[in-house]
Amino acid sequence: MLNRINSPEYKEITGIHLIHPKEYAYGNGLKAFVFASEDHSLIKAEFIFANVFESPENPLLNTALSSLIKEGTTRLTSAEIAEQVDFYGAFLVPEYSYDHTAITVYTLKKYAHKIFPIVKDILMDAIIPEKELQTYIRNNKQTLQVSLEKNDFVARKQFYKSVFGNTLYGITPTKEGLDALTRADLLALYQKQIRPSNCTLILAGAVDQQTLGLIENLFVSDWHSPENQIQLKAPVFEPAVADFIFEERKDSVQSAIRMGYQLINRTDPNYASVQFVNTLFGGFFGSRLMKNIREEKGYTYSIGSAVASLKYSGFFTIATEVGVDVTSATLSEIEKEFSLLRTEIPTEEEVQLVRNYLLGTMLGSLESIFSHADKFKAVYFSGMDLSYYQRYTESIQAMTPAKVKEIAGQYFDYQQLTKVVVGKLD
Amino acid sequence: MVHYKKFTLDNGLRVLVHEDHSTAMACVNILYDVGARDENPEQTGFAHLFEHLMFGGSVNIPNYDTPLQQVGGENNAFTSNDITNYYITLPANNLETAFWLESDRMLSLAFSEQSLEVQRQVVIEEFKQRYLNQPYGDVWLKLRPLAYKEHPYRWATIGKELKHIEDAKMEDVKAFFDTHYTPQHAIMVIAGDVDFEGVKSLAEKWFGDIPAGEKIERYLPQEPKQTEARRETVEADVPLESIYIAFHGEERMHADYYATDLISDILSRGSSSRLYRSLVKEEPIFSEVNAYMMGSLDTNLFVLEGKPSEGVSLADAEQALWAQLERLKTELVTEHELEKVKNKVESTMVFSELSILDKAMNLAYFELLGDADLYNQEIEKYLQVKPEDIRRVANAIFREENSSTLLYKPLVKETHAEQN
Repeated sequence: MLNRINSPEYKEITGIHLIHPKEYAYGNGLKAFVFASEDHSLIKAEFIFANVFESPENPLLNTALSSLIKEGTTRLTSAEIAEQVDFYGAFLVPEYSYDHTAITVYTLKKYAHKIFPIVKDILMDAIIPEKELQTYIRNNKQTLQVSLEKNDFVARKQFYKSVFGNTLYGITPTKEGLDALTRADLLALYQKQIRPSNCTLILAGAVDQQTLGLIENLFVSDWHSPENQIQLKAPVFEPAVADFIFEERKDSVQSAIRMGYQLINRTDPNYASVQFVNTLFGGFFGSRLMKNIREEKGYTYSIGSAVASLKYSGFFTIATEVGVDVTSATLSEIEKEFSLLRTEIPTEEEVQLVRNYLLGTMLGSLESIFSHADKFKAVYFSGMDLSYYQRYTESIQAMTPAKVKEIAGQYFDYQQLTKVVVGKLD
Repeated sequence: MVHYKKFTLDNGLRVLVHEDHSTAMACVNILYDVGARDENPEQTGFAHLFEHLMFGGSVNIPNYDTPLQQVGGENNAFTSNDITNYYITLPANNLETAFWLESDRMLSLAFSEQSLEVQRQVVIEEFKQRYLNQPYGDVWLKLRPLAYKEHPYRWATIGKELKHIEDAKMEDVKAFFDTHYTPQHAIMVIAGDVDFEGVKSLAEKWFGDIPAGEKIERYLPQEPKQTEARRETVEADVPLESIYIAFHGEERMHADYYATDLISDILSRGSSSRLYRSLVKEEPIFSEVNAYMMGSLDTNLFVLEGKPSEGVSLADAEQALWAQLERLKTELVTEHELEKVKNKVESTMVFSELSILDKAMNLAYFELLGDADLYNQEIEKYLQVKPEDIRRVANAIFREENSSTLLYKPLVKETHAEQN
């Protein structure tokens, strides 16, 4: 008779092996990291530039540049770029994050020689036509109008503004910010930021000598950094204040809740332990917040917490959308969970579960050569190397119930959270 | 090309195995052949609510999620109008845990009252979050019943109204399980770092003794041919006017499905597409505009949607969309433009083969369509489409009397105007 009561025997999670890239440093300052795999017919190339942020009076320049960079060069119009990229089945994706602006290219290897010359044009010779800028402003103003009707968007906006102030991390779009964009400012930023000495290229997939030759031809000999040096300045943050921000929306059927504060980033030796405690608290489906507020009370479709690592800071955040009639109840349940986390030692069983869950997730995050490149990227831009993951895995394996409580006491404090509610307070 | 092997257990459970040893993970994807189209019109949203209850404990295992997380696994599920699909990814050496969990809930659920009460609340909050608490969130609650009059596609998977969720009873839950959650109505795909023989013996061990259940004859009211244009204008708490036009198109297995899908790509895929180029970039008629196919198993919808730019009237915006459709009906698309959208289909296919979960889901879905190998034949079907097919299908679909148009207009509210 089959035993359906007990689970099959647990087998230890092993096989976390990271692929190390080949590194190239070129004379023009460009650095490239290559993750080659023969199993693929695809190439993913990410040209990543550190954000140069010097103008809080014109906060949307960086995001606008990231979109507009592919909207025309001396040689190619916006329409021609789009047409050629689509024709070869490629994808050209501008990406903007707090610290970096990137152009990510996905192409079949057989069309790499068609696609990379277009990228060269974009990186060396973008002209950002006035007409394209006006289209960008017009459409983004409309998108913003719709977003501002969404409680979770407004809560997120208030949250970042409160936690990070007038720095590049605190900026969110406004109508005024969009109207203030000018072509001259964008071109000036383009000159400063889009240069080889500020570029890291991550190449992954079907990359061979021929691909590298192509890259060197296009992005090394013809691409020069201007004489003037750029300086990346660390932002200065205002001291943290545990705000409570409430924005009433009378017609809402749900309130958006967002809380959090600045926290350590990946470079801190405790970061992995903080990630562990965050996972246990609100970082996955089996977390305490999810179990209590969704699976026991049914107040929400989803609740979660996260820790994020930035170049000059980091943060912890909780987000959920709950029925307006249970908004206060949710706030007090979250408070209870913090107090429990700080005062009681969890069971070994719960700690073991989070440990295995995190190791499984780590293994699962190494699915293809492209995910190995992502893993590298995360540590590289924190100024670290792949040995981080060895230490990460060891920290996760070494977590104990007592250590969870210790970390909770040090980093998880309800009283210090900035709290934002958009909707109704019952 | 995704290679796989298949076998069927005596109880009718179909099992497909795709070996991919470039990963240390495995995934288990189980598709149940039941969706919102199988619901009683008075109990809509039930298939989706039921999906939530599948995580509320099974006959021998009180908690589904915890044992999976203990072995490093993750899971989720989704419900559509056609299917309900459950999936697990976990380290491949713990594959048997997934078999233990999935087979027990196929055998029988715990039918916990507490789980029903909580998940009812969770789904009600999901309904509010996705459909009620954001601008245009209710579009599918309005567009479906406008476009479909008979077919159960006339309601969304979340259900017609909150009341249907509130009224769901345990006896209905049990009946739904007994009818639909049987081995012969399920397709299981195992993909990743696994071997065929090992999977076969695990499948026999854990699923072999589950009773086959009764075979159900599906009776779905078919949608009568639409004979006149339909139109509805909604005044709602939205910041901008918005337009949606839905046309009936061929079902998933029809030969013209592929031409129809390529039409949506010509119109709206990528930033070189016609709608984006003509109506956003060249002339500022829309701030955003899209065209897409629903991809439903039965009679489909082809949808155009857009938000007109400031100062452009809904009437002018609507006319501009129709002008683009007229172009497709009269001019032959060039070989070059057709090749472009085909190339994109081809490269997207290569991307989707990067993930074992995507491969597993696709194999299960195409097996439901009749044969998993159809997945590998998809590309060929797209490549065979000719410019004449595009024009012929455009003429068949883009007719006024085949259209349902939904317009949103902002309520005029003094207090809301200057909010930022």
